[in-house]
Amino acid sequence: MAATSPTVASGAAVPVVPATTVRPWRGGWWYVGAAAVTLVVLIVGAMMGPAGPPPWRIPLELLDRLPLIGVDSGVTDREWNIVWQVRMPRVVLGALVGAMLSIAGASYQGVFRNPLVDPYLLGAAAGAGLGATLVFTVLRSATAGWPVDPAPAMAFVCALATVLVTYVVGASFGGSRTGATLVLAGVAVTSLVTAIQTFILQRNVDVVREVYSWILGRLSNSTWDDVKLVTPYVVVSSVVLLLHRRHLDLLRVGDDEAATLGAPVARVRLVVVAAATLGTAAAVSVSGLIGFVGIVVPHLVRLLAGASYRRLLPLTMFVGASFLVLADVPGRVLTDPAETPLGVVTAFLGAPFFIVVLRARATRIGQ
Amino acid sequence: MSERVFERANRHHGASLELRGLAVHYGRRVALQPIDELVASGEWLGLIGPNGAGKSSLLRAVVGLVATGGQVLVDGTPISRITRRRRASLVAYVPQEPLLPDDMSGFDYVLLGRSPYVGHFATESRHDKEQVGAVLDRLELTEFARRRLGTLSGGERQRLVIARALAQEAPILLLDEPTSALDIGHQQQALELVARLRVEQGLTVVAAMHDLTLAGLYADRLTLLFEGHRVAAGPAADVLRADVLAEFYGARVSVHHEPDGTVVVIPRRG
Repeated sequence: MAATSPTVASGAAVPVVPATTVRPWRGGWWYVGAAAVTLVVLIVGAMMGPAGPPPWRIPLELLDRLPLIGVDSGVTDREWNIVWQVRMPRVVLGALVGAMLSIAGASYQGVFRNPLVDPYLLGAAAGAGLGATLVFTVLRSATAGWPVDPAPAMAFVCALATVLVTYVVGASFGGSRTGATLVLAGVAVTSLVTAIQTFILQRNVDVVREVYSWILGRLSNSTWDDVKLVTPYVVVSSVVLLLHRRHLDLLRVGDDEAATLGAPVARVRLVVVAAATLGTAAAVSVSGLIGFVGIVVPHLVRLLAGASYRRLLPLTMFVGASFLVLADVPGRVLTDPAETPLGVVTAFLGAPFFIVVLRARATRIGQ
Repeated sequence: MSERVFERANRHHGASLELRGLAVHYGRRVALQPIDELVASGEWLGLIGPNGAGKSSLLRAVVGLVATGGQVLVDGTPISRITRRRRASLVAYVPQEPLLPDDMSGFDYVLLGRSPYVGHFATESRHDKEQVGAVLDRLELTEFARRRLGTLSGGERQRLVIARALAQEAPILLLDEPTSALDIGHQQQALELVARLRVEQGLTVVAAMHDLTLAGLYADRLTLLFEGHRVAAGPAADVLRADVLAEFYGARVSVHHEPDGTVVVIPRRG
């Protein structure tokens, strides 16, 4: 009898996989591997940086801090303080932001069936930029007495507000073609918001540098407070997105066919966009605009593990976390006074890498 | 193993499809005038008519893709009272131009047909995957289970689309020009497949078709639509007449009747 068992999808029977077939899906090993890589990257991230103890002592000290394990790492309390209060928040925040932007990017790409879409598509970044600009200019005195840091808070609120405007505009004209009109509405609203921001900046040239260093992606000076601020949003957003990964696969055959297969298309799109936007806005408000992660990482994972959203979404979080922590390393080791913004590093690394990924994908699909 | 699985698949009974005053309009343009039609359980209704006659609109209206007037009833129950997911387990639809993601595997594609049976936040069960395996086996598509859709030929893709519709296990199957992209051999294969499954599983089939000879060959009866109106209906021999086709298709044809009852429509030159 022909091999008809349903395990063909995960079949490990065929040793050599021709380029025309889908790679065999070796179950959970991908996740285990991705989690292991992420853990290693986090530890390596903690080992890098100026001052602090010799790098090789840090894994020992981390071991020592696990329950039931005693290792003499020779790290002093002062050195550990540098690792724990300076390096770790930055590493953890980088991982959270990287994971969030990646899963949000993959989700947007799924919901709009457009591989070029990034998490900032609907105006989250432009809104956050405007929010920060307002805090540094016209609202500076008004927000001076706020109990929380006004820039992230305003950035978050303005990011959400901008995406909401995009959604209302796009959905009200869209009818059955909501996906396409939302993308176009996003372009229009983004342009408008950016124009307003530019106008305000033009009238306040003295703060341009301050605003730009805030807007352009950065993880420097991160604290555990930033981590605490962003974690709830990342968790809620990721859980909601992960719960919808089967629906994202369904949407790949188009709204109409997905609807005839029983999918509540409009509701899925609304919920996924809302969750991805919430997470993106939270990420932008603590880290600024970090470009390209949301496009590069999902495409890399597609290349490695196939395009199905049910494995793409979880894997993309691990890979995104690792990617951003690694991309942040040069900025931390090279203590150049004019520190290169992380957003510039990711784009600088990401763009050529993206071209390689595209090339590889084109070769495989084109056969 | 697949035998046992298919016995379960075979259990589903047929269902009748009734249209009561079903009408479709896009803005002010009327695509389908109110139409009444009763397709009995296990019957094959062929929809014919020139381009733009309303065949696709009728099928899309049945699955709720366009706003309609009138009612659609499945086994006497108005479909508007049935949840979307339940509806998908009753009516399967093969669109004229299905969208097949290039980098999806054949197995994953057919698995989408199981969606009506999977809870909102759940994933497909072992049973769902067995069903897909059985359908692929049945349609001799097992070799495509792990192939990317982008690497398949038109005929192979079309068979996978039909496989997805069959994995839906719906008693009513709507086909919108299912074979217009295929060569004559693959056309025959695909239609024979539907015909066989219809007999075995008691499927009710409504198929819009361009090829009139094939339409007459496979359908129990034909409905000819023209500018949104039903202008002729009945057995192939009654509908496929040279004068009728000349009037509504603007076609110059002669019609030949084979001894076995097959109606052959032959295009003629001036």
